[in-house]
Amino acid sequence: MFDLLVVLIPVLPLLAVLVNGLLGHRYSHGVAHRLGWGSVGLSFGCAIAVFLSTLSTGLTREVVVYRWIFGGDLTINLAFLVDPLTCVMMLVVTGVGFLIHVYSVGYMHGEEGFTRFFTYMNLFMVSMLLLVMGNNYLVLFIGWEGVGLCSYLLIGYYYDRVSAAKAATKAFVVNRIGDAGFLVAIFLVFVNFKTLDYTQVFAQAGQLSTAMATAIGLCLLIGAVGKSAQLPLYTWLPDAMEGPTPVSALIHAATMVTAGVYMIVRNHAIYDMAPLAMTTVALVGGLTAVFAATIGLVQNDIKRVLAYSTVSQLGYMFLACGIGAYTAAIFHLMTHAYFKALLFLSAGSVIHALSGEQDVRKMGGLRSKLPWTHALFLIGTLAIAGIFPLAGFWSKDEILAHAFVHRHYGLYAIAAIGAFLTAFYMFRLTYLTFYGHSRVEPHAAAHLHESPAIMIGPLVVLGALSIVGGFPGVPPEGGWLHHFLGPVVGVAGRGGEHVRVGLVVALMGAATGIALLGWGLAHYLYSVRPDTADRWAAEAPRVYSTLRNKYYVDEVYDAVFVEPTKRLGAAWDWFDRHVIDAVVRGVGRLTETGSAASTWFEKYVIYGVINVTGYANHLAAWSWRKLQSGMVHHYAAIIVAGLFILVHLILIWWTGSFALGVAAR
Amino acid sequence: MLQELSFGFPILSLILFLPLAGALVLWALEEEDLVKNAALGISVLELILTGVLLTRFVPDSAAMQFSEQVPWIPPLGISYHLAVDGISVLFVPLTAFLTTLVILYSWDTVRYQIKEYFIALLALETATVGIFISIDLIVFFVFWELMLIPSYFLIKLWGGGVERQYAALKYVLYTLLGSVFMLVGIVLLNLNYHDWAVTHHVEPIYSFDFLQLLTTPIPAERQVLIFWLMFMGLAFKAPIFPFHTWLPDALIEGPIGMAVILAGIKLGTYGFMRFSLPLLPEASKSQSVVTVVMGLALAAILYGAIVALIQPDLRRLLAFSSISHLGFVLLGLFALNYQGLQGGLLTMVNLGFTTAGLFFLAGFLYVRRHSTQLSAFGGLARKVPVLATFLLIIGLASIGLPGTNGFVGEFLVLLGAFSAYWVYGVVGVTGVILGAAYFLWYYERAMFGPLAQGLTQTIQDLNAREKLIAVSLSVMIFWIGLYPAPFLRIMNGSVQALVDRLEHGQMATAQVSATTPHE
Repeated sequence: MFDLLVVLIPVLPLLAVLVNGLLGHRYSHGVAHRLGWGSVGLSFGCAIAVFLSTLSTGLTREVVVYRWIFGGDLTINLAFLVDPLTCVMMLVVTGVGFLIHVYSVGYMHGEEGFTRFFTYMNLFMVSMLLLVMGNNYLVLFIGWEGVGLCSYLLIGYYYDRVSAAKAATKAFVVNRIGDAGFLVAIFLVFVNFKTLDYTQVFAQAGQLSTAMATAIGLCLLIGAVGKSAQLPLYTWLPDAMEGPTPVSALIHAATMVTAGVYMIVRNHAIYDMAPLAMTTVALVGGLTAVFAATIGLVQNDIKRVLAYSTVSQLGYMFLACGIGAYTAAIFHLMTHAYFKALLFLSAGSVIHALSGEQDVRKMGGLRSKLPWTHALFLIGTLAIAGIFPLAGFWSKDEILAHAFVHRHYGLYAIAAIGAFLTAFYMFRLTYLTFYGHSRVEPHAAAHLHESPAIMIGPLVVLGALSIVGGFPGVPPEGGWLHHFLGPVVGVAGRGGEHVRVGLVVALMGAATGIALLGWGLAHYLYSVRPDTADRWAAEAPRVYSTLRNKYYVDEVYDAVFVEPTKRLGAAWDWFDRHVIDAVVRGVGRLTETGSAASTWFEKYVIYGVINVTGYANHLAAWSWRKLQSGMVHHYAAIIVAGLFILVHLILIWWTGSFALGVAAR
Repeated sequence: MLQELSFGFPILSLILFLPLAGALVLWALEEEDLVKNAALGISVLELILTGVLLTRFVPDSAAMQFSEQVPWIPPLGISYHLAVDGISVLFVPLTAFLTTLVILYSWDTVRYQIKEYFIALLALETATVGIFISIDLIVFFVFWELMLIPSYFLIKLWGGGVERQYAALKYVLYTLLGSVFMLVGIVLLNLNYHDWAVTHHVEPIYSFDFLQLLTTPIPAERQVLIFWLMFMGLAFKAPIFPFHTWLPDALIEGPIGMAVILAGIKLGTYGFMRFSLPLLPEASKSQSVVTVVMGLALAAILYGAIVALIQPDLRRLLAFSSISHLGFVLLGLFALNYQGLQGGLLTMVNLGFTTAGLFFLAGFLYVRRHSTQLSAFGGLARKVPVLATFLLIIGLASIGLPGTNGFVGEFLVLLGAFSAYWVYGVVGVTGVILGAAYFLWYYERAMFGPLAQGLTQTIQDLNAREKLIAVSLSVMIFWIGLYPAPFLRIMNGSVQALVDRLEHGQMATAQVSATTPHE
């Protein structure tokens, strides 16, 4: 029963994919979306059942479905691992996924390709579930590339828009760079352990040398950096906003991009052996957190701000992993899923209300027109900014506190700066969207409307989760979540060092202060003195334009990697046609005078064989003449001459060596 | 010595000559529809027979199965010796499968000299099957050369390109030139056997029989010479960079059907696995050979992928992608370990569904736009969504997306290469990135974006016959991708035996089901 439930979790959405994908054009949208969210809802139900069972028994179980790839000393099963970490991930993925599917019914209503949308979304659920449920690296990798594919398909959902098509390709290719690193990590694991099963690998991880553990850790990090949009491979994520907003919420905020974090936590046994890899993870996370936040400060597209904010928040999770705060990383992953899904979907509600407008400069004053959306977006903003006692406060504070308590003061400072920036740009976004004068264009204003219940409903649930979602992790380092995940991440013992309550409270106070400071600055710049921000931008034009242009990273990558590769392709193509092939042609031309030989060849070799095979007479009747033309004359002699010379050379050599051999005997 | 199993019924001979006999029947027919139906009927019958062959094949065994042997030229030790093992057996149904699909594809795309076209196609099938089931090297060589004749005419007479004559000739001469070297290699194998047989008073004193040659020790330096001679023949045919320049011409100028066969049936690399590695293990293992071949393999992977990146012609892109994939096959084979050989072999089979499949798709596009140039495409996904979907599925399989057959093969190849020497694996992995880049970039420009200018007229989406082709390919792609167990078990025994031979210098005595990796 348990095994069946586990298998059903990914299989249910898979069935929906098959039915919608193959038969979707035959029935109405109503059937398609019911299959879509219904299957995910059922799969969420199964996930809850599996979770409750795991909670009560406390067992880690493996479910083998079948033997997938094998031979020699390699056996890879299609199998699932159910442990507390899997349970948390499964619940987040199916739960948030379910809400977003329901929301999509309203958001995508009337869109062309409605069924296609749900097919892709369900395929995404399947892949993501394989990713978090697999019991070995390769099942994870199916999911890993599968989510990349779905991301590609959904970014390119409006495929006739050039920008969407380009963004889709970019996302896939950049992800593949990460995937290549991940593959190398898999090879290293196999070479060292002769297996790819987690349980066996982690049981023996202690025997790895530091150098090997570091190598594996860094290769895994390359994979994680690609999938989770960290420096230096984050560039695809902002462009990914070309997809429909529910996609941004589900894939590019709540679930897929957290795969890297999950993967690092899953592999903590290897990272624990490799301090250098840990430090790198922490640095990548910390730098990304601040870097992305600074870009987020000045963007005007509501979804892009949220995208950079996602990159930045993922940075926090990486930072947490890098300092060994694995539970905090998963905790933040969970709360982030709630409030970022909430923010994206509310943003979607705004965009929906404004007939597709995404530029905050054309928003403003929407509070009264979209009261529900406004309230929910505000909850999301408060949660992400880390205002007590919303979900984001607890998880972010735990990361900051962990850094401070474990004397990573530099990282603490970086994280604190990031927190300040986060609060600032999120409130900036809120003020620009919902407060002040309306800058809505007339045609959009005419259709301005609050979203239907089917969209607001899921938002309310996510809003509630964003408020209370942090409580499973309270008190810090000792909440329910910590005890549940303790056996997996193995920090139950390590987290045990006693921290004075005073310090905990002081750190919480500091975190709150930082958040309020960011809020205050945003309030001043965008509510009290709305012209100040522009004046500042005008006073530091270079800084401003650098940020506006995202540090020109895309342009640099283009100039350094993309264009040179294309030029190399063109150069090699020329080389192929004009050098390699020219040698062939040149050899042919040399033998032009040997046309007598070639005629002989044609008559007696080609036609000789044809006659033998029996149907030449027939063919010859109509094709003999055609054969006479062409370039047979140019080439054939070399064959004959070559054969002659070669056979002689070889025979001379051969008999020579024979003779020597005989003489030696 | 390898065990041989005979079947009691000469099924291999039947499979070998059925298409040729069918070709003769076609000759007698006059009416066009009758010719088409007869050709299809014969190819389907052939496919069914090869299916029977596959189901009767004993998996997890290294034995040569369905063996048939009749002396042909006894004084020279040449015999008509047919048999299949785990290395060759899959290519027989693959050939039949692709031929059937090509006949379906050609149904209304070949408009002149229809009878001759189908005759040539069936003759080609016989020759190709012959290559895979002959284990006498001379018989093998005869089929190797015979294959050129129908190929030559198919490219020359039914090709769509202006330079088809040139392309046909280039293909034939390239292969002939290579085979000259290979023939010398084969003769040297025979002479070496003779030398040994005479000193050990063994009968017969001449042999071209693969199984007999296997039992004969070959001095290491002779192995290296023979290896390079065989290499020339196989590398020209495969083709392996830098001997590949016939391939783009043949694939672009020739008809789609021929391109499918040329790109989908990997004769050259098969030859390495069938003959070079087991007969010349010392040479295959030697530092110089491994370094050169692996170097060429990596060069092919990168060169093919990077040149593919900028191609505006889908068929030329596919030609270079083919070169890149052949690099992967070679990388696996010369990793010389289980995963590498298994992955290389599986990848050869896979390319019969992916690269060949992409050529079918190119054909579908060609039928609609009379070109495979990017300039004729743009935003086609809106006009032909079904075609676009299949192009994506098969394309993603070709770049090794997990869940498709391409991944299983590529993963095993890279794992094998990495285990052999990590640098091979790491460089090979970059091919994975470039693969995604060239395919998706092309796809983006051809299928996505706004509809190309001048594309106002209606374009039909896939018709039933085309859908049948695309669906059959996709079924194979997902089957091997998700549940490759039957295929892996078929290969297992022979791959293991080859690994043992490479490691211990001799073919382990194979026992049916002895190496079953069941729990």
